Amino acid sequence: MADRRAFLGLAAVLTACTKSKTPSVVEQSMAPYGERAATETIARTATERTASVGVGSSTTPLQELHGVITPSALHFERHHAGIPKIDPAKHTLLVHGLVEQPMEFSLDDLKRLPTVTRTHFLECSGNGGAELRGIAGGTAEKSHGLLSCSEWTGVPVKVLLEQAGVKPEAKWVVAEGADACRMARSIPMAKCMEDALVVYGQNGEALRPGQGYPLRLLLPGFEENASVKWLDRLHVTEEPAQSNQETAHYTDLLPDGKARQFSFVMDTNSVITRPSGGQKIAGGAGFVEISGIAWTGNGKIKRVEISTDGGKTWVDAALEEPVLSRSLVRFRAPWVWDGKDAVIQSRATDETGYLQPTRDEIVEARGMNSQYHYHGVKPWAVKADGSVTNV
Amino acid sequence: MFRIVFLLCAVSAFGQTKYPGVGKAAPAERVKAADMTVMADGRGLPVGRGNVETGRGLYKTHCAECHNEAGEGRDKQWPALVGGTGTLATKSAKKTVGSYWPYATTVWDTIARSMPYNNPGTLKSDEVYAITAFVLHLNGIVAAGQGLDEKSLPQVKMPNRDGFIPAVHPDVKAKR
Repeated sequence: MADRRAFLGLAAVLTACTKSKTPSVVEQSMAPYGERAATETIARTATERTASVGVGSSTTPLQELHGVITPSALHFERHHAGIPKIDPAKHTLLVHGLVEQPMEFSLDDLKRLPTVTRTHFLECSGNGGAELRGIAGGTAEKSHGLLSCSEWTGVPVKVLLEQAGVKPEAKWVVAEGADACRMARSIPMAKCMEDALVVYGQNGEALRPGQGYPLRLLLPGFEENASVKWLDRLHVTEEPAQSNQETAHYTDLLPDGKARQFSFVMDTNSVITRPSGGQKIAGGAGFVEISGIAWTGNGKIKRVEISTDGGKTWVDAALEEPVLSRSLVRFRAPWVWDGKDAVIQSRATDETGYLQPTRDEIVEARGMNSQYHYHGVKPWAVKADGSVTNV
Repeated sequence: MFRIVFLLCAVSAFGQTKYPGVGKAAPAERVKAADMTVMADGRGLPVGRGNVETGRGLYKTHCAECHNEAGEGRDKQWPALVGGTGTLATKSAKKTVGSYWPYATTVWDTIARSMPYNNPGTLKSDEVYAITAFVLHLNGIVAAGQGLDEKSLPQVKMPNRDGFIPAVHPDVKAKR
């Protein structure tokens, strides 16, 4: 009986297939390297700051993405002197300074060493700076798009430092890239020994050129600028080098005129990506799932709360497993929209208990000159016609 | 016994490392050729010198197109190198070499590794000392007739030398 029912079902399907129009043209052949469907068009927005090619930034269209992994082709970029062309066969990483034996590693060498794969976000510390200045972004990409998340594969920096033998007086590691300006940042030894990686893999394949091909530093939870791309030198030192990017830039000016320096850790943050600015709830009142992303340089996200009444009341959102340390986390919350104007927002709490502040609370602590590390609660206005805009 | 002897040989062949045979020892000349780190106390600066007047000419050739004739910057894209003294604690804070940068060595290092913008890393050490002297002169930090070398540059005290504090994290308190 069961077999007969299955047979009839199959027959029905076959009949349906023969009645529907068979595609006359195969959309794509089995290409050696696949492309997305021609009807899919989401893209980064690039801002080239000068006439120099590849200098500037591009942002990830967060409001269009699912899950937590950013496709490599949509990872945000920020370059200070363009993308260098590097022959991976000739690229090496030099480890020297306060070590017993200066060492040089080829990519083949690195692939022989103990390897780890980890999912981590990278965020430019300038992300959201416009929100602080009151020039709020109309979409999640405009407000938070200097943020991406990938699965990275490489070797712990600790392994390389052990291989060279770190001297006891060593406290910092100056990381330098092979781009035209040889961008350099000083990294505390404690971070290098905790979870810093040198990575050659991104989302299962080699790094993209804009992400440091063939090798970059990856400092989980730290401001992205310090995760030096095109990495070719680690200089072990007693002191930080006081390089341009850790003095003139990436320091946070406070109201009293003093500046916070080495403010590496990216603060606890979240944003609703659906529904979010620039989108429209189609079909009027009724059920709408609210979804977004949360992240923290402090470790794991513990809790995300949602408000649909402008912050008066809050309910817990569900966090999608696995909740990984220093990774984006996807949150979801059910919402039955009454079809009236509403203001929706999210706020995250991390495992240390730190609660994501409002813009006013950030301004109170840091004033208006601290352009980096903005992480305020982001409200979106839902209008009765279903359109979503910036508040 | 044979096994113990074999292990001892392996250790001596590859050195006392946890991952024997991976990576190669970098000779001193290889390290010297690659090492361009300049520390705030002057370690790493190459031997060389340049003065304000030489720097004036070099600045005009290599820097003025973007940073303007007297370091005032151009548009929003090209940062000012001078001015801003006394503004850091105000709403119109202006961060320049003179008002903000804590170390003179950082000026040298920035020019040496990342300038001129479209052709970085092409200036000779003496030229970098000269342009550094001129930019500091524009800020009233180095006198007109003065020169700088690897010994005197780290001695230059920048006006905002004490303007930086190590970040304490977290620094914002939210109310539930």
